[in-house]
Amino acid sequence: MNIRNYISIDFPSCSANEAFARAAAAAFASQLDPTMEELGDIRTAVSEAVTNCIVHAYPRELGRIRMRLRILDEDTLDIAVRDWGVGMENVQKAMEPLYTTGGEERSGMGFTIMQSFTDSLHVRSQPGKGTTVSMRRRIFRRNRIG
Amino acid sequence: MSISFTYLSGRLTVYLSGELDHHAARETMQKITELLDEYLPRRCVLDLSGLRFMDSSGVALIVRLSRRMRELGGTLCVENPVGQARRVLSCAGVDKLVHFATIGG
Ligand SMILES: Nc1ncnc2c1ncn2[C@@H]1O[C@H](COP(=O)(O)OP(=O)(O)OP(=O)(O)O)[C@@H](O)[C@H]1O
Ligand SMILES: [Mg+2]
Repeated sequence: MNIRNYISIDFPSCSANEAFARAAAAAFASQLDPTMEELGDIRTAVSEAVTNCIVHAYPRELGRIRMRLRILDEDTLDIAVRDWGVGMENVQKAMEPLYTTGGEERSGMGFTIMQSFTDSLHVRSQPGKGTTVSMRRRIFRRNRIG
Repeated sequence: MSISFTYLSGRLTVYLSGELDHHAARETMQKITELLDEYLPRRCVLDLSGLRFMDSSGVALIVRLSRRMRELGGTLCVENPVGQARRVLSCAGVDKLVHFATIGG
């Protein structure tokens, strides 16, 4: 695996940063010359992961979120969104469609959406320590130079 | 995120434009709920043609609105979701819960 480029950004868990994180990820991914649809998928997956940190990981206070983006090999965007918040007891259960601890303002479809908008999704979590969500998305090579 | 609306003989059409995420969802829900309480429409149409982005926060909003309309004895219809918003809605299965329509397309 060849890491061709990367960025890492730390930001506080305020909801105004949801749009920022989507835009930053789309800007970084643009070097892979993605289609509008591929960019939309990346923005969606990032939005879900970052919103989960804001809503669930730090329910009562502002905490730190780290988003790391990497270009792997020629054509793969690797996205990692990490928090140091409450964590999850049972990741498998949390990833089931419609499962939510967020009440009526949430739909319980976040992980399902991340899964369907990326090629792979991996979640590591420890109660009281935090959560890392890693996703990979291959960007189909078109007329890219370099 | 911005909202506009028209009301005509029992039909409230709400136009959403911009990006509907968690940051925007609460205020959007509140504004639409106020419109429903004011006009008590038989039919509420959510026109999403101006929506550039939507995530699961929008899914929850639509599901809640659909429930609210049922409580009021009416129906909710989602019109003209495009591109990314349409893919999110169908991934979340909202198209099986709420009536969808595309007007003039
Ligand atoms: N970063 C996180 N820290 C702690 N708990 C989390 C985190 N991300 C997800 N969870 C837990 O996993 C559940 C499922 O997450 P998912 O994103 O699928 O749905 P949701 O956030 O509840 O609703 P939606 O994303 O549809 O608005 C959450 O309700 C929460 O209990
Ligand atoms: Mg979520």
